[in-house]
Amino acid sequence: MALKERIQATIDSEDVVLFMKGTPEQVLCGNSARALDALRAVGAPVTAVDVLPDPAIRQELQALSNWPTIPQVFVRGELVGGADIVQELAETGELREKLDSALGEGWQHRGGEERTVELTDGSGPATLRLVP
Amino acid sequence: MTVRLEELLRAAFPDATELAVEDRTGGGDHFQVTVSSPRLSGLSLVDQHRLVYDALAEPLADGTIHELRIKTRGGG
Repeated sequence: MALKERIQATIDSEDVVLFMKGTPEQVLCGNSARALDALRAVGAPVTAVDVLPDPAIRQELQALSNWPTIPQVFVRGELVGGADIVQELAETGELREKLDSALGEGWQHRGGEERTVELTDGSGPATLRLVP
Repeated sequence: MTVRLEELLRAAFPDATELAVEDRTGGGDHFQVTVSSPRLSGLSLVDQHRLVYDALAEPLADGTIHELRIKTRGGG
């Protein structure tokens, strides 16, 4: 699978995807931190993708999403926005409503689980590696 | 630099009822922009922000803007 398809597959298959600079354990950008904090504030499950290891991830993502900046947050395949929008929606309560309608109300019981997905470059096997 | 960004936004949103550009750090590359315009009415936040990104595509692409925070409102 090409990188573009792997990005799309991640967006399509994960409940909440955060494309960010760094990882939840080591955030390397203020805006990525704001988006992550907003998701954490509502206790959302987060699947994080670090765009820094390969510039092609960011290029392909921007072409797919028609959104020029990082971070980007997707819920069930839909672009919710960048840091400003996610922060605003978290503050107004709309983020919870969006998660309720997209994921069903059970998502709160998942305790804000976080994991990181690595999109390996084209030279490796076309698989998703889950990093605990 | 804030003047240039204001001009670009004014051109994209000539009927804006609120239009502000703030240099957040004083360094000329971290900006907070606020736009209220009827042109944004009825659009999702994602599409509202896309219009702002479109208006500022050039300074975003050439690296003039290192970090951009956006606040948009529809209505007049």
